[in-house]
Order: sequence, then C-alpha cells, then structure tokens
Amino acid sequence: MKLWKRLMCTCRRRSPWLFHMNSGSCNGCDIEFVAALTPRYDAEQLGVLLQGSPRHADILCVTGPVTRKAADAIKTVYAQAPGPKAVVAIGSCPATTNVFIESRTLEGPLGRHIPVDVFVPGCPPRPDAILQGVAKAAAILAERADHPPAAAPVIKPDAVEVQR
Amino acid sequence: MSLTTALARLLIFPGLLFAVPAAWFFLWVERKAVALMQGRIGPPFMQPFYDFIKLLGKDVPVREGIGGLLMKAWPLLAVSSAAGAVALLPVLPAQGGFQGDLILLLALLEVPSMCIIAAGFSSRSIFGEIGSAREAVLSVSYNIVFLLAILSIAVSQHTFRLEALAGLPATPLRWLGVAALLACLPAKLHINPFSLPNAEQEIYAGPMTEYAGHELAMWELAHGLEWVAATGLVATLAAPRFALWWLAALAFVALSFAVVLLLAVLASATARLAIDTTVRFYWHCTLIFAVLAISSALIMRFRS
Repeated sequence: MKLWKRLMCTCRRRSPWLFHMNSGSCNGCDIEFVAALTPRYDAEQLGVLLQGSPRHADILCVTGPVTRKAADAIKTVYAQAPGPKAVVAIGSCPATTNVFIESRTLEGPLGRHIPVDVFVPGCPPRPDAILQGVAKAAAILAERADHPPAAAPVIKPDAVEVQR
Repeated sequence: MSLTTALARLLIFPGLLFAVPAAWFFLWVERKAVALMQGRIGPPFMQPFYDFIKLLGKDVPVREGIGGLLMKAWPLLAVSSAAGAVALLPVLPAQGGFQGDLILLLALLEVPSMCIIAAGFSSRSIFGEIGSAREAVLSVSYNIVFLLAILSIAVSQHTFRLEALAGLPATPLRWLGVAALLACLPAKLHINPFSLPNAEQEIYAGPMTEYAGHELAMWELAHGLEWVAATGLVATLAAPRFALWWLAALAFVALSFAVVLLLAVLASATARLAIDTTVRFYWHCTLIFAVLAISSALIMRFRS
C-alpha cells in the first residue's frame, strides 16, 4: 500500500497536464504561456501536456485579473477539474489585479474565488518562470496525494483583499 | 484452438501481459519521434506509464442513470476488443489460429472506433457530439478502403486465416494492399493529418471531453492497444518469412516499430486537415487505389 502511494506520488509529479484559462487577461501572459509550450522550451520533458478539457487537467493555469464576467466561469471550470488538482496564477494580474486595481469591472484577485497554489509574478512572466511554477505546482500536487485537503476549501475574502 | 491456448493468447502472449507494455512503448515512441523531429528532447521513457497510473488515481465525476452506466461501459469495451484484436496476431509462427480469424480481427479493430462514437454521443457534451460525428464520417470513408485492401490480399491468396496469409510469399498485389492499409492507419489511429475526431484544442477533447480519471486511462490504453493491433496487422502482412521462430518474432516487432516511426514522422510533418478535405482524400484518391487492387485480385483468382 505504501509502495502504491509512493508510485502514485511520483506519477503525479511526473505527469502534470495543464488547462489554460483566461480570466480577462490582456493576452500578454497567454502569449508567454503558449511560448512556454513551444519546442524551444520543451515542456514535455517534465511530462507537461496541454489538454483541451478541464476534465483531463491536473493543473489549471489562470491568467488575467478576473473580470466580473469571468468570475463565475472560473469557479465552474475549477469545479469541473477532477481532484487532486492545483492552480497556478500566471502574471501579476491574478495575484494583485496589477494596473487594473480598483476597477469597477473587476472581481479579482484570483485568490478570492479559488485556492491558488503557485503565483508566477511578472508582467508578463518569462516562459522559464512559468515552467518553474508548473514544476512547483506538480510537486505540491504530488505531496497532496497523501494528504487530501478538505472537500470544500474555505476562502476568506478579506484574507486576500490587501489593497482594498 | 483449445480454451487454454485461447486464454493464454488473450491474457499473456501476445495478449494483455505483452500488449500493455507494448502499447505504452509505442505511445512513447510516437511522442519521442515527434519531439526529435521538432529538435527537442521529449518525454522520458516511462511517460505513458506515469500518465496511466496518475489517471487511475484521479477522481471521477459522479454520473447517474443509464447514461452514466453507458459512459463507464464504452472504455472497457474498447479496451477488451482492442486486446482481443492484439491476441489474434500471429506473432509466433505455428501458434494456431483458425479459418476466418482475419474477419474477427477486422471486426474487433472496428469496435474501439464505434465505442468512441457512442461515448461522444452518450456524454451529451456538444464537443463530444461534434467529435463523434466526425469520427463516424471519417470511419465511413477510410473503412471502405481499409476493408477492400485487406479483402484484395485475402482473395488473391485464397485464405482468410492470418497465419496462412503470413506464411505465403508476398505478391506485388499484396504490397499494393499494404500501401492502401498504411494510407488508412493515420485516420484509424487519429493522428495528424487526420486527427479530426479528437482534434485537441479545436473542439476541446472531442468525444473524450467529459471523461476523467480511470475511464480516461482506459481510453488511453485502448488507443495504445489499437496502435499495437494496427501496426501488427501491417507487420503480419509485410514481414519476410524466416524458418527460425525467434527471427520471425524479431522481424515482426522490428516491422511494427518501423510502421510506428513512419506514422510519427508523418504526424509531425503535417497539420490537421479539414473534414471535407479528408473525406475527399479517402473517396477520391485511395478508393480508386483500393478498387484497382480488389478488381485485379478477383481477376487473378478466376484465372488461377
């Protein structure tokens, strides 16, 4: 049983499948994210595959400051991804809402809606940094295999609302 | 063939115990070859195994009612029929087999694709339905060529028994049939330029959109087994004859490997075609080819 758990841990770390979500990003981070998957950076060495369906994904890569329209969609897609799963917030927008701060059309940052495991800061971040973030998220995911979190993660809105 | 040998062939060699690692190996070879063609290192050797085990450990969304049961059943049916198709391959000579096992092999090879069509429609996802419709159209167009090619080989050599076919010397007509088979394989295995049903990103994941966890793992496995069965069929028809059994087995494996490499190179060198172009390709170009093959096979048969 212990051996099976260790095997599962390794397999989760070595096979992160990604799903890319845009929550109202300016497209800068999306371009860098796609660049990280090109042959030049060869993410497949880490076992990374970009998947078309959130049902197949282990790691959700979210860009953008979470607009009012995108907030519900993000929660839906997060619920559609089967556990265990991890979330990587790409760029400064999902972390702090960046230059769009105090905009009326935003419901960000991302941490108010879904639990975020890794933040990759930058405007936009470099592809290497995104890959490092994905690798870190895969390691977190593997650790989580043995210690599953509570069924519904509790998000405190005021805990992450720093600047408001 | 007695029950014991049949079970041994299904479960041990060339069935599940041999075919599952072979399926993972072929999936890796395909991904690695594409990576090398693009000038990168590519996935580690164990990658398909890691993916499979990881998928086994993932949650599966709860589905209720008959639709949920059906969605559970399709991947299992696909895996078992693909494994059955592999078990029929005459890897080792003098292994048995029966008259008409070629027909059974063709039928079993067809079941996974029907399962994919049914799975997409029973998932009730719009993307699944688009993918299934594409798979149905595609399988109607390539299957005529596929079946005519095999039929021309079988008719010209007077047998529907795989082992007898493998033992007979190759004729020019047989090479024509093998070439037609090779033209159908990219569509049968859903790789570029005919990766229309699963069309990654374009229609999310096609018929697999709603699948997760161990059900998705079964689909991956069925896909790998299809690779083994389809390339094995070509290898059976094209492998040279050897008196030594281990040399024959080696030739079989080497030829399957060569077919996988060829298909991977084709996949990495091309982009996805549109559905109408694909259907036109099969109906216009390869159908003429296949009709020529079968008519010459019939003429040869009546002359001899």
